[in-house]
Amino acid sequence: MNKMTNSLALVLVLALAGMNAYAVSPVEVLKDYAAAARKENPAFKEFSARRGEALYHAERTHSKGTKVSCSGCHTDNPKNPGQTRAHKQIEPMAPSANPQRLTDPAKIEKWFSRNCPDVLERACSAQEKGDFITYLLSIK
Amino acid sequence: MTRKLLQMAVLIGSVTATGWLLADGHEHGEGKSLPQVSNAKWQSECGSCHTLYHPGLLPERSWRKMMSGLDRHFGENASLDPLTRKEITEFLVANSADHAGNRRSAKISQSTPAQSTPLRISETPWFVRKHDEIRADVWKRPKIGSPANCTACHSGADKGDFAEARIRIPR
Repeated sequence: MNKMTNSLALVLVLALAGMNAYAVSPVEVLKDYAAAARKENPAFKEFSARRGEALYHAERTHSKGTKVSCSGCHTDNPKNPGQTRAHKQIEPMAPSANPQRLTDPAKIEKWFSRNCPDVLERACSAQEKGDFITYLLSIK
Repeated sequence: MTRKLLQMAVLIGSVTATGWLLADGHEHGEGKSLPQVSNAKWQSECGSCHTLYHPGLLPERSWRKMMSGLDRHFGENASLDPLTRKEITEFLVANSADHAGNRRSAKISQSTPAQSTPLRISETPWFVRKHDEIRADVWKRPKIGSPANCTACHSGADKGDFAEARIRIPR
């Protein structure tokens, strides 16, 4: 019995370790973006939650004629679940409401590389990405 | 008295059983579910933006065309890295309507003219026929939104379950 409990515990530990194989803390992610931002602009000092907040809420007219913004799908409050254009729920953006958020660098890059062109019709700079993450992290 | 009760019980029992058997037969006749399929990348990549559309809902040529134009995916950029794209394409093709081998997929496949390559499931003749009683304003209800939102009415859509008995159309 004891042996079984032990092996069960081992399986559980391994499963948990597997789940977190690529997980990093959002602070680590920010360090990489800060290095990239300095490369893009030697005058770069630090990320700003205020600039990130402005970017999150900024509404612009897409060349297709529609009004677009980050908050359009993710809602005005990043602690709330959002909704895709195809009506699927999006988990909250703020790590305070969704601890899984901002822990997988590849996933973060994937979504910036899709959604920046989608909303801004251009790629985001490293500074914009860092500002955006800093804003999301500032939400308690 | 006891005998009457017993007769009654047997009667109720047999009527219920017949009902079950008939219902079951009907369900099988409809091909009640598409086969259970799973692929982790398909689930995470496709299912994060929309209903996890079962591969058996479109023919192979449709999936191939879809997966080769992900940078303009219904007006959105849904690009994937080449390895992920290849894996998901192979999974979709292997389980597509022309390869799935169940009745519903066979009907979708047969209903789609060979010269057409629909990218929207809602454009297949099978889908159109199955939903011909749904008025335009029903699709626009806030809890539905569009024909893309299968799970609004078919709660098991992500698992390939479109059984008539489990349809609930939100008000």
